[in-house]
Amino acid sequence: MTLAQTRDEPIFLDTEADLAHRAKWWTGRVFVYGALLLWTVICLFPIYWTITTSFKLAPDVMRGNLVPFWDFTPAWRGWQGLGLSPETLMQTSTVREEFMKRFLNSVITSLSASALAVALGSLAAYGLSRFSYRFGYMKNADISFFFLSQLILPPVVLALPFLVLYRELDLLDTRIGLILLYTLTVLPIVIWIMRDQFAAIPTELEEAAMVDGLGVWGAFFHIVLPIALPGMVAAFILSLVLCWNEYFFAALLTSTEAKTLPVMVASQTGSQGINWWSMAALSTAAIAPLVVIGIVLERYIIKGMAAGAVK
Amino acid sequence: MNLEGDLLHTVQPDNISDRRKRLGRILFWSASALVVLVGALLVLDDFGHDLGFTSWRPLLYAYVIWAVVLCAVQVIERGESGKRALFVLPATLFVISMVVFPLLFGLSIAFSDWNLSSLDGQKFNGFDNVVAMWNDAFYWNALKNMVYYVAAIGVEYAIAFGLALLLNADIRARKFFRVAILLPLMLSPVAVSWMFGKSMMEIRFGPLANLAKFLGWNQPAFFSDPMIARLSIMVMDAWTWIPLMVVILLAGLQAMDKEVQEAAKVDGANAWQSFWAITFPLMIPVSVTAIVIRIIFKLKLADIIINVTSGGPGGATDSVTSFIFREYRDRSNVGYGTMLAMVYLVLIIVFITALLALVNRLTKRPA
Repeated sequence: MTLAQTRDEPIFLDTEADLAHRAKWWTGRVFVYGALLLWTVICLFPIYWTITTSFKLAPDVMRGNLVPFWDFTPAWRGWQGLGLSPETLMQTSTVREEFMKRFLNSVITSLSASALAVALGSLAAYGLSRFSYRFGYMKNADISFFFLSQLILPPVVLALPFLVLYRELDLLDTRIGLILLYTLTVLPIVIWIMRDQFAAIPTELEEAAMVDGLGVWGAFFHIVLPIALPGMVAAFILSLVLCWNEYFFAALLTSTEAKTLPVMVASQTGSQGINWWSMAALSTAAIAPLVVIGIVLERYIIKGMAAGAVK
Repeated sequence: MNLEGDLLHTVQPDNISDRRKRLGRILFWSASALVVLVGALLVLDDFGHDLGFTSWRPLLYAYVIWAVVLCAVQVIERGESGKRALFVLPATLFVISMVVFPLLFGLSIAFSDWNLSSLDGQKFNGFDNVVAMWNDAFYWNALKNMVYYVAAIGVEYAIAFGLALLLNADIRARKFFRVAILLPLMLSPVAVSWMFGKSMMEIRFGPLANLAKFLGWNQPAFFSDPMIARLSIMVMDAWTWIPLMVVILLAGLQAMDKEVQEAAKVDGANAWQSFWAITFPLMIPVSVTAIVIRIIFKLKLADIIINVTSGGPGGATDSVTSFIFREYRDRSNVGYGTMLAMVYLVLIIVFITALLALVNRLTKRPA
């Protein structure tokens, strides 16, 4: 006890200069955390607003109530409209079936497109980082540029020709049609990320594998691929996010069968007299998977986006 | 990165027998013949001899078979070097068939009048679409808007740089802040359109409208005045995309050599001086990458505009993409829309090429 009491007396006395320094440090801290918190609020409030609104009733929305349990009582009205509230979950609901169909479409198209893009893109990126090609006058640098330049192609340029082509090929309103286009849009990003990944792997590894009797493809699958896996996951997740959120092609090229979730959300927004709570519930359900992915796999997403930017 | 010359040398014990070569050639030519045959049958069908085809899809299957055979033939005919070509070939074939061919097809559409909902089909009309475009005030207006939207990237960059600096500072709960700042990028523009445009900016009881009222704007209306509407769109778009720039800039900051900054500190530079004299100049290459990537994505801006304002008021918020989208929705004329898109593509290519050339000249250090 006595020891603790003596501690009240400062052992070291701060001089005037030290105190000024500390004050400056504290204002710095306050500013840094203040700015970060402000931006966090800006980022999170819309998400919070959407989620809470899905549990509000009309009067709560009108009054602009914000905090659940404190100034409004959460209700399942919005989720009832979707057929996803606890009591309606057991009953049949056409809206829910519609929603699940769109959800499934989104899952299938974005997963397959990302997988296809990662497969095609990784192979191409590996080839370009290891061997020299010549295709007419085009050499490796030109081929790389050819792939990456697809990134600047705005979707609108392809949209209308594809509309006509798909109509002739009977691919309008099919998931395969969307998957092919989505693969195309994310392919340059995958190649951009993977080129970096493979360039960082020393060729000595493959040389050793080849001395031990593996072919080029064997060395690629057994040696290089496991090392580059984190990069591939990053490319895959980033593609997934982009494909899941894609709206433009889906709005033009799908109607009843292959319509994806963003198109459903958009068509609900456009209709008159929408009730906010259902719309909020729908938006929440549409963004929930990606919010979860963002929180859980943040490391990979950041890795993917930062790849290639820093040389 | 060294792109010329094999980095991975392989010894090629290839002596491919004549029989194997012949097999490869036979395979290739029979696959090609299949494509031609299917194509010919389909053309016949198109010209009135009903052969029972409902669409051109068989040609697609034939093409896929041809592409697979082409890949296989590489290995059969060329051995080791074919195996190496096989890495790049699938992606190249895919991109060529998905981009180059549709673009050429698009060119033919661009010079025609083609209403998809009428039965007439494609009618070539020469340069009529170009003339119509020249006189289309709304198209030029949309292009002008794109200039505004691209200019807004300057502000986005400043905010993103600030956030990246904050995240790079010595802070606690860094992971929490990073996730929070990243989240907007995860959300689909369509959802953002509803969350912001339709609900938070709703003039009667949206929280943003309430905030605006609280701050003294009596009758907040985010989408009726042209300039304010444009600003609202910019804000929504910035909200979604700033995380991308933050991540790239943060990666740049973290890759930076700490010693230079410490040396500046030892020399007595304060935070402001060391930022402008050290950090910022060293970050220029990364900044340029971030801005160029952001410009590329910005030029595709459409989803938010389509869903929130559909271009209004009076085309004030239209981007080129959203304008063409509406043009097609209203008149279902693919010809004119494609012409507008093609012109836009040419403008983009010119702009990006000039931008990259400029960037190269500016960032090249004097030897």
